[in-house]
Amino acid sequence: MSTLLRESAAFVLMAGGAFFSLASVIGIIRFPDIYTRIHAGTKALTGGATLVLLGAALYAPSWQISAKLFLIAAFLMATNPIASHAISRACYRHGMKPVLAFIDEYGNSEEKRDRT
Amino acid sequence: MTDSIFAWAAIITGLCALLMMGRLVAGPTIPDRVVALDSINTLVIALMIMLAVVYDSVVMVDVAIVYAALSFVGTMFLARHVEGGV
Repeated sequence: MSTLLRESAAFVLMAGGAFFSLASVIGIIRFPDIYTRIHAGTKALTGGATLVLLGAALYAPSWQISAKLFLIAAFLMATNPIASHAISRACYRHGMKPVLAFIDEYGNSEEKRDRT
Repeated sequence: MTDSIFAWAAIITGLCALLMMGRLVAGPTIPDRVVALDSINTLVIALMIMLAVVYDSVVMVDVAIVYAALSFVGTMFLARHVEGGV
């Protein structure tokens, strides 16, 4: 009974991870702008990969493998936002403005920092 | 039964990686390609974990750890390149 419950939870988590990955890929293909694509590719994909890793950690036969999977999940949740932030900041400094945006708070703060 | 469900999830993730390859080829600007490459890296990590479950091989998990670290370093290097430093 306990094994059945564990496997069912692992299946639900893995299916959710695959769904989030698919949604993220559709977002990256359909969105009009580099910043919106970064938004889709970071949040949904990190969530999807973390769900997959948690499902595999539930399904793993021993606790050492579960510890490794938790390690990968923590590493992904730490590094994926850093990489996406670096990409978006590089795009902004390279001179790409967001399409369909009216207020540019980040540009104002950069101008203020340059003046002082 | 459960293994076939995991295999189907792995197939869906692999198809996602293939679609992302289309964005990698057709991206209008270089940062689009960098974002697509970063997404492919994360999808490949998820795919490795799913295949490790399907084939009962623990070594794929170790490979996924190293792959995650190297993909982070590569993405940071490409971001530096887009910014104009390298």
